[in-house]
Amino acid sequence: MTDRLFDGVPRRGLALLTLVLAVLLAAPWVANDYLLTILIIVLYSAYTGQAWNVMMGFAGQLSLGHAIYVGLGAYAAAALYVHFGIGPWLGLAAAVAIAVACGAVIGFLAFRFGVGGVYFAILTIAFAEFARIGFDHFQWVGASSGFFLPVANYTRNDLWTLRGNPTMFYYVMLALTVAAFALCHVLLNSRIGYYWRAIREDEIAARSVGINTFRYKMYAVILSAGMTAVAGVFFAFYYNNLFPEQVFHISRSIELILGPIIGGIGTLFGPLVGALLLTGLSETMQQLLAALGLDAPGAKQVFYGLCLLVVVMALPGGVWPWLAGKLGLARRGS
Amino acid sequence: MAPEIYFNVAVSGLLTGLVYGLMAVGLSVIFGVVRVVNFAHGEMMTIAMYLAIVLFNGFGLDPLVMVVPLAAVLFALGYAMQAGVINPFITRPEYSQFILLVATAIIIVNVLLIVFGPDARNVQTSYAFDSFLVGPLIIDATKAYAGAATVVITAALFAFFRFAPLGKAIRACADNYTGALVVGLNVKRLYALTFGIGAACVGAAGSMLVLLVDVTPALGPALTLLAFIIVITGGLGSMPGAVLGGVLIGFTEAMAGLFFTPSAKSMFSFGLLVLVLLFRPQGILGKRLT
Amino acid sequence: MTALLSVEAVSKRFRGLLAVDNVSFRVERGSIFAVIGPNGAGKTTLFNIIAGVFAPDRGSIAFAGDRIDGLAPDEICRRGIGRTFQLVRPFPALTVEDNVIIGAMLRRHDPAAARRRAHEVLARLDLFGKRHQLASALTLPDRKRLEVARALATDPKLLLLDEVMAGLRPAETDRLVSVLIELNRESGLTILLIEHVMRAVMALAARVLVLHHGAPIAEGTPAAVVREPAVVQSYLGAEAVD
Repeated sequence: MTDRLFDGVPRRGLALLTLVLAVLLAAPWVANDYLLTILIIVLYSAYTGQAWNVMMGFAGQLSLGHAIYVGLGAYAAAALYVHFGIGPWLGLAAAVAIAVACGAVIGFLAFRFGVGGVYFAILTIAFAEFARIGFDHFQWVGASSGFFLPVANYTRNDLWTLRGNPTMFYYVMLALTVAAFALCHVLLNSRIGYYWRAIREDEIAARSVGINTFRYKMYAVILSAGMTAVAGVFFAFYYNNLFPEQVFHISRSIELILGPIIGGIGTLFGPLVGALLLTGLSETMQQLLAALGLDAPGAKQVFYGLCLLVVVMALPGGVWPWLAGKLGLARRGS
Repeated sequence: MAPEIYFNVAVSGLLTGLVYGLMAVGLSVIFGVVRVVNFAHGEMMTIAMYLAIVLFNGFGLDPLVMVVPLAAVLFALGYAMQAGVINPFITRPEYSQFILLVATAIIIVNVLLIVFGPDARNVQTSYAFDSFLVGPLIIDATKAYAGAATVVITAALFAFFRFAPLGKAIRACADNYTGALVVGLNVKRLYALTFGIGAACVGAAGSMLVLLVDVTPALGPALTLLAFIIVITGGLGSMPGAVLGGVLIGFTEAMAGLFFTPSAKSMFSFGLLVLVLLFRPQGILGKRLT
Repeated sequence: MTALLSVEAVSKRFRGLLAVDNVSFRVERGSIFAVIGPNGAGKTTLFNIIAGVFAPDRGSIAFAGDRIDGLAPDEICRRGIGRTFQLVRPFPALTVEDNVIIGAMLRRHDPAAARRRAHEVLARLDLFGKRHQLASALTLPDRKRLEVARALATDPKLLLLDEVMAGLRPAETDRLVSVLIELNRESGLTILLIEHVMRAVMALAARVLVLHHGAPIAEGTPAAVVREPAVVQSYLGAEAVD
């Protein structure tokens, strides 16, 4: 079993991975609350980026409305908690089910009717916008005024209801991120991963070797949607307030994809590298600008835009493949 | 509600729709020829709108008069964008192009936010509250002028692509890239020209839209999405389709706003979009893509 | 005599053009059958119909006794028909090895077993040494062989080859011909090929069908067919016939 887990990865890579993991595990002991919050954002971005990566990097379908799954997951779990007292770990089931159903609908409509490429991207945007406006009028979960989770005193950590201090949230997010990466690694090296890559490369050729492209694209969409919904549950219980205008907004969808694109679409560690780079650099930049008295709303986004521009022009495969090459970590083949 | 109200709202929607249609024609031209999905289309329009506001507030220049100069400025911007930034991306995979333009869009929106702030702005001309009385109908003067100007510009564009040698050359590129190269057309320059023309449409439409609608930096993405909905509904690559789509969407949104809450009106547009994507992806007037 | 593939009165029209016009033929199990004819004769369209890319307007196609016309391409592959494309379609960003592994995974779900099968097939087609190269880095002849390898890895009973010899030097052609003959002899693989390279057709095919403007104009052994006046006139030219 460990054989399959580490097949093909050079010793140096494993060492680096273990180091990174150790640092991440130890972080709460050395980091202050602010840094911890930043790290939570990094992990959250890495996780959602990886979930999106499954649809795009693996199966080649560009989704620009992924915020819909975050939102559906968040609202589902939040509603069950606020209205029925059901904890997030159980609410997860509902959250994932709803997101998966939504993904299945989008996937079915798109793939059965041959909607691909830019049309698919626009379809996903349309669905997300539809959800945003729809939830703005959805009174049961607060509509546009927002939906709020009761916040208790953080005197003790309650893992069951996810009430607690940042350290607890940090470890939850870390566990989710590690699990996501492990899952993707296993999938990539299995039949489904190979088939996804074939579909991404050339659908027609893929069909000619017996791959049921409809079915495998649906798997990618469903898995991606489900994984993203889990992030939504975390989002709801971490921030404790939900507004349709923010949660479903196209900016969220775009932020979600920046990490994996900059890090490297279709690669395993791209989303993590991208999340680290983006969050790290943007925080540094914000501190710098504030110190210089140049802080302005929108400055961070301009920075994101420029990063994206630079990466897409100079390093089209993403930062991670380039970096891995430099570090001598490049895997044989794809 | 009195029937006149419906007519007034409908006509108002149609006229506004014409301006949206001009914006969409720009997108259609760009996609039809250069095959680039311009995700920064709406954002470029907001640039034109803010420029119009600056010119009006600073120098008292009427946006309707500034239609041509603004179109020229946007033409230059579009030409530069295509020639400098986008041309190398023609051969790259589709998503690379999107991301390039998405990045551009993000930069434009947020630079505008930093420069102009998030508050809504508009232009109030001296004739802003005038209207024409046509039988029982009351038509806003600004909308009427904007609609008329749009019709003139669109007609000029059609004529250009139909009869002018340059216009025909551009259509040749769209029909057959390699063939165009073979007969010696400088395709890259024609692409840049086309993007410039598309941007000019946006410049013209923007300087008119600022009379009809308030502008905020966030309007950019909303307009981009609207442009895509119009172009897909009307037919990708079809200029009459874009105009038709614009009028249709303008009309639908106006009527939906009347019957339902204003925020729900975009839901109709999205619903229409999904239906078109599923059942007639080439749009109403588009040609079937092989 | 059991015909593995049986094409009956198949026709296909694309708007104004009748691309395939009432074509019928049978391919016996274990034989090699060639379809030749001038460009635009409808050969690739015929292949695409057999492979499930299009459904015929008229007629039927039976494979191993079952009707297959109108089935999806992936279902047809699962039933045992492998194919190559006239304009090669490798998976460009994947290695040669991965390309063939994907083919092998049709019958072997375990990646290790698929890899073993892929190596076998690659060795047969002289591509084992290049297995770690990216498919996009290969020369055209190698990419054609890669596509044959990928199709073979799906363990087909019938292999459809669309102009695999095009662009190959004579030595490369001969090598590929001998590989195909070996496969046919050892495992009974039935082969249906479209070919312009007459050298290969004469060496491989037991029977030949000639198409012109979508319609059959001759069928028989290679030696007989190349002498038919209609074939000489429409395709080969008088100099080609010794």
